[in-house]
Amino acid sequence: MTRYQSIFTRVQVQAPVYPGVPLEGPHWPRVGRPRLNHWLGIIGDAQIGPVYLGWLGLASLLCGFIAIEIIGLNMWASVNWDPIQFVRQLPWLALEPPSPKYGLHIPPLNEGGWWLMAGFFLTAAILLWWLRMYRRARALGMGTHVAWAFAAAIWLYLVLGFIRPVLMGSWSEAVPFGIFPHLDWTAAFSIRYGNLFYNPFHALSIAFLYGSVLLFAMHGGTVMSTAHLGGDREVEQITDRGTASERMALFWRWTMGFNATIESIHRWAWWFAVLCPLVGGIGILLSGTVVDNWYLWAVKHGVAPVYPHVFDPVSVDPATLPGAAQ
Amino acid sequence: MNNRQCMIRLVLAFGVAQLLAGCERPPPEVRQIGYRGTAMELVQNPRLLAELAAKNQLPPALAQLQAEPGTPLAKDVYQNVQVLTDLNIVEFTRQMTAQANWVAPEQQCVYCHNLDNFASDEKYTKLVARRMLAMTRDININWQSHVKQTGVTCYTCHRGNPVPQYKWFAPADPRNPGGMAGNKAGQNTPATSVLLASLPYDPLTPYLLGDQSIKVESRTALRTGENPASIMSTEHVYGLMMVMAGSLGVNCTFCHNTQHFGSWDTSPPQRVNAWYGIRMVRHLNNDYFVPLTDTFPAERRGPKGDVAKVYCATCHQGVNKPLNGASMLPDHPELAHIRTAEEIAQIAGMPAAEQPAGPVPPATLYFDLDRFDLPADAAETLSALIAFLKSNPAAMAVVSGFHDPTGDREHNHELAKNRAFAVRDFLVTQGIALPRIDMAEPVETTGSGAPEEARRVEVSVRSPT
Repeated sequence: MTRYQSIFTRVQVQAPVYPGVPLEGPHWPRVGRPRLNHWLGIIGDAQIGPVYLGWLGLASLLCGFIAIEIIGLNMWASVNWDPIQFVRQLPWLALEPPSPKYGLHIPPLNEGGWWLMAGFFLTAAILLWWLRMYRRARALGMGTHVAWAFAAAIWLYLVLGFIRPVLMGSWSEAVPFGIFPHLDWTAAFSIRYGNLFYNPFHALSIAFLYGSVLLFAMHGGTVMSTAHLGGDREVEQITDRGTASERMALFWRWTMGFNATIESIHRWAWWFAVLCPLVGGIGILLSGTVVDNWYLWAVKHGVAPVYPHVFDPVSVDPATLPGAAQ
Repeated sequence: MNNRQCMIRLVLAFGVAQLLAGCERPPPEVRQIGYRGTAMELVQNPRLLAELAAKNQLPPALAQLQAEPGTPLAKDVYQNVQVLTDLNIVEFTRQMTAQANWVAPEQQCVYCHNLDNFASDEKYTKLVARRMLAMTRDININWQSHVKQTGVTCYTCHRGNPVPQYKWFAPADPRNPGGMAGNKAGQNTPATSVLLASLPYDPLTPYLLGDQSIKVESRTALRTGENPASIMSTEHVYGLMMVMAGSLGVNCTFCHNTQHFGSWDTSPPQRVNAWYGIRMVRHLNNDYFVPLTDTFPAERRGPKGDVAKVYCATCHQGVNKPLNGASMLPDHPELAHIRTAEEIAQIAGMPAAEQPAGPVPPATLYFDLDRFDLPADAAETLSALIAFLKSNPAAMAVVSGFHDPTGDREHNHELAKNRAFAVRDFLVTQGIALPRIDMAEPVETTGSGAPEEARRVEVSVRSPT
């Protein structure tokens, strides 16, 4: 017997396409002729569109397009416009911020000017997209939780690329746009500021990151494990009590004593996810502006132990010895 | 299996192979070298180590030659001798022969000399060789902070190649027409020098030619504004460190602690040695190589017309001690010492150094199972050897420790080392100065023969000329 479950089901509902609820007040028309796609139906809703673009969406896409073009064309130019090398070396390529000598001044185009421009348009695209999320949520009569969660990520992005460089007085402190280069930047950042592992905000951020993963695994697993009882369908939860959601709650009460509710589990997940970039951003913001060496800070405040000397002889900085060559 | 399935499997196999292509064939070995729980570990692959050890062996030694008393100095017999002015003709000829074998084993003398007129400076290779000879003496005499008593010879870098295999040039600028866009800011290229990271692709010029500061980490917990290092300059230092790690075949913890790269007191002592190494290489590049830029023909220079320069790999060639730590200086003492006027007068007028009383047979000390305290008969076994060393002040003792094949390899390795140390310490108590005792760690520390014969330390004598 075929039955409707969640993903990997072979049964798809083939309903007439649905335009969505009517909108009140001034609004743009929703664009795109809605259609059904079998493959998307396997992992989600089979209906694609219509999309509410609006002027915020349009402006955001435009700014994002400009930013990606600036970054991509600079990367392509850096391999002498060779399409094969562009693809081969793509993970190494980047658009670099200005060098430290420019401080917060506007550098020549090819010495960081492009980076500043790409950063401006990317930031504009992200902020416009945030506004669009906020407005669409309001238009549907929803709360704005998604927009504020997104704002937490934007906070970290702005700390890395704008707020901290401005406080440090140099654009060169910001992250390059590139795959490996931004990872090398991260490693160098940790070395320069005395080992980020001893930064308590970094530690908290990791705790919330792993916590989010754990909560998502628990929540997703719980809901899917009651899918045959309708646990994945909100309407049945309300109408057929005593089947799916009660079992979910009992499962956790039996295994660990405490159980979240269907409402509170989402609050848990939301806060863990939001706090991850929020505290991470604080940790980055304090590096260099206040704390210059996190390991020494951690030793000073008893966070990290002072390890015993195990090497014989104990090394001394040769530069401090009398008559040392520099 | 139909064609389509076959294709899919082929593509999958290819994909997996591609994914694994960057991996190193196991087994890597991890050895703890620091305090527990601090990830102070050396990661090495024994399979690659064996290959490297085989690649870094000493060349066959030249026969020792004894000069008659009163043998004339080379500078008085030959024309245009500028560096080895303190050697007699026997020593000089032997040194030249050794150099030919080390540097140009195929071409021999003709690589540097005009055979019709050996004194002629017409070949640039001779001009370079003369500076390199002076450099070798400079290193062995003035840079023992880095090369210790082991020292270097031409062979340390050349290994039978007229041009050493490992050297560096300033890399060519990327082709970037117009200059409107695509500035790489000196990085973001898969450069082999920085082990294919996107770090700066010219990691050496600022530090091994220039003297840009390598200290980028702050020494204070809070900001004082005194450390001007940017993240970009930190990336540059990171690039230099990648080059050093690759040159020596080690990971960061060989020299650094894991908490705070900048602190010295919890860093392994090798870091001090490396610090002097950086200064030594900087000095060599500026004082010996850069002035030779115009001496070299264009095809020997780099893409920017700069001279070939040295870095860690030039000598180290993938191992943390060049030539596995074996010294060639006992065979070639003239490369580590310049005779004073008095010494020259002495060798010219007086009989040559007293003849050794004849070779002393090597002595073998046998140890108890899992023990490294000296056997009771040590004094007796070593007495002839010690007497010889005392009457021949130039002779060196060579000490090698072994263990039997049973038990944990790590533990045994330490055991063999400690046995050798026990014998060394005994020799010191008997009046043999520490620098005269060469601790020669065998490539294979498992001793041959029955277990009770394998648990041994071998002591032999090496005599210079």
